[in-house]
Amino acid sequence: MNPFFDFLLAFIPRAVVQGTPLLYGSVGEILTEKSGNLNLGIPGIMYAGAISSVIGGFFYNQHIVETGGVMSPALAVLIPFLSCLAGSLLMGLLYCFLTVTLRANQNVTGLAMTTFGVGIGNFFGGSLIKLSGSDLPSISLAEISKYFHAPLPFAKDLGWFGELFFSYGFMVYLAIFVAIVASWVLKRTRAGLHLRSVGENPATADAAGISVTRYKYFATCIGSMIAGLGGMYYVLDYASGSWSNNAFGDRGWLAIALVIFAIWRPGLGIPASFLFGGLYILHMYIPTGTNLAVKEIYKMAPYVVTLVVLILTSLRNKRENQPPEHLGLPYFREER
Amino acid sequence: MSKHQPLLHITQRGAIKWYKALLIRVLAFAAALAVCGLLCAMVTWEGGSATAGMTLPERFVAFLRDLCNAIGRIAQVVFNASFKSDRVVWKTMHSTAILLLLSLAVTPAFRMRFWNIGAEGQALMGCLASATCMILLRGSGMPDWLTILVIFLASILAGMIWAVIPAVFKATTRTNETLFTLMMNYIATQLVAFFCVVWENPKGSGQIGVINQSGEFKHFGWLPSISEIFPGVAPSFKGNNYLLNIVIVAVVCVILFFYLSRSKHGFELSVVGRSENTARYLGVKVRWITIRTMMLSGALCGLAGMLLTAGNDHTLNPTLVGGRGFTAVMVSWLAGFNPFVMVFMSFLLSFLSNGASDLATNFGLNASYSDILTGIIIFFIIGSEFFIRYRVHTRSSAESGQEVV
Repeated sequence: MNPFFDFLLAFIPRAVVQGTPLLYGSVGEILTEKSGNLNLGIPGIMYAGAISSVIGGFFYNQHIVETGGVMSPALAVLIPFLSCLAGSLLMGLLYCFLTVTLRANQNVTGLAMTTFGVGIGNFFGGSLIKLSGSDLPSISLAEISKYFHAPLPFAKDLGWFGELFFSYGFMVYLAIFVAIVASWVLKRTRAGLHLRSVGENPATADAAGISVTRYKYFATCIGSMIAGLGGMYYVLDYASGSWSNNAFGDRGWLAIALVIFAIWRPGLGIPASFLFGGLYILHMYIPTGTNLAVKEIYKMAPYVVTLVVLILTSLRNKRENQPPEHLGLPYFREER
Repeated sequence: MSKHQPLLHITQRGAIKWYKALLIRVLAFAAALAVCGLLCAMVTWEGGSATAGMTLPERFVAFLRDLCNAIGRIAQVVFNASFKSDRVVWKTMHSTAILLLLSLAVTPAFRMRFWNIGAEGQALMGCLASATCMILLRGSGMPDWLTILVIFLASILAGMIWAVIPAVFKATTRTNETLFTLMMNYIATQLVAFFCVVWENPKGSGQIGVINQSGEFKHFGWLPSISEIFPGVAPSFKGNNYLLNIVIVAVVCVILFFYLSRSKHGFELSVVGRSENTARYLGVKVRWITIRTMMLSGALCGLAGMLLTAGNDHTLNPTLVGGRGFTAVMVSWLAGFNPFVMVFMSFLLSFLSNGASDLATNFGLNASYSDILTGIIIFFIIGSEFFIRYRVHTRSSAESGQEVV
């Protein structure tokens, strides 16, 4: 086989696994933004989701070790999964309470959420590391991670085809599924129509009898839970179950960038996130020789590409490609 | 009254008396401190005064005593973190000053309702420009005053460019400025990372280290310390390295206050923020105001970058601004865009983050503890704004015509 094909075979799966947390984050943020909430707390929420799943998994793991039992695959997946959903739901509720009920400024609240969420992640992460008494500055949940990491059973039999399409853990397929469902809900259902109208023009939606508050709450909380799963995927699948502080990095911000790149369409978010995943690791694959500095320039790629898309969509000024009209603004009925 | 009254009914307040607003803020802050205090007491709990043979009331008293002890310990650590020695006090004042300058920088744009969350990147570009001058101009034989002037102009220009790009797109094609400035932060970070590798010192470390620390070009391009400007001041003066930066920020603070509240420019940008249509009707050129205001914002951020790189840290790395650009957004907003209230707010946040990080080290906690506390305090203050802007009526009070809060 030719070397270029080999390169693609090595590169694409890595881009996909890099892109998956971004896909979760961006689909969550798209739902949120469609309701008119610009949630800049997504990076914090992804941290909170990740650490919640780690906490859940950690105690289940300890319980198994102490009782000397056998780990049940269902529980090993369900416990981190549910704790992740619960953790990110709480963050989403906090954001909604402040911005929707108390009508606080969304940017300020979002930034505070990010500070808070990253703090929570690293604080509890650090405490768990201490609790586990390990020498390394990380927690390892390798046992649990195995279940998240397991490829589809028939992947091996299909050669390169299986390698390319079926070699990922179930969370990757779940991400694609969630994106498709979100896209379908937004485009084809009444709830989606209502949600979009709330983001575009809440006053009109309100007049049409749609509960603006309820839609904002639901969209933002569901969005947060989806984004939180991205954090969980990163720790329990991509990082093979080892949590170390700040390892998640700036992927949360990248997820917000991706929303713009995908012009607020979850379906488009699927290829876009894998492309972003590729851009994110591009610097490892481009031969730069001894000139290490150029790598730093390549790391700029996702952000520059996002900016170009942001500018192009505003230049072309096509109606359906614009951000929701009321994005970032609070709604108060009596202010109309 | 009809029977179908909602349980809670919210109306907008017209104006609120200043003491009422202050009271609400103080209460919110007290509540935030109480929550943080309890949280701290929980993680630093020592317990111990309750013994086996105690009755329930006695246990309760013992518990209260433990709680008071815990809170006392915490208060002492937090206070010491910012005030234990002259040097620490100066450091606290300096970090307050830098945070204040960044908050001041974002304020004109915010008054215009231009959500510039790119202070981080704009300041970083100022740092980069300063470092570039310090590295490239050494050996050129420039006199010190000229070097400083060049650094000053370069940093301001760099910050300005980084701020004007989103402003131009906002003004001409209505590109979303929040997302634009956010992306610009990361581009700036990577640009700095690039130059850190280019100018790495020592080779292979990927870091720049302290620029012009010793040797032939010792202290080239460093802002002078107080003892260098006023030879009468002893170099052992604890604020020697910090005072100049603090004075510069104080001057900027006063000027910006008058700029925002007393000048034509300040009036224009407030009008643009309130209603663009009104502004147009008044003959204000909205596009030009947007660009001009962001030039000012960017210039101040660039100045902050210069104070960091040429004034205090004398180095360059991608985390030099360290999230303060984002914190500044919160400070500015929490202070209601008033420069003098910002002095207090930025002091408060610096004080708390010092305290929290010392708490973390003293009690063997993780350093991220301070982020959690900062987050909680900001949530409370953000939440309290609601009660300042709106009035809550309950069903019963609506019937009797009275109001709550």
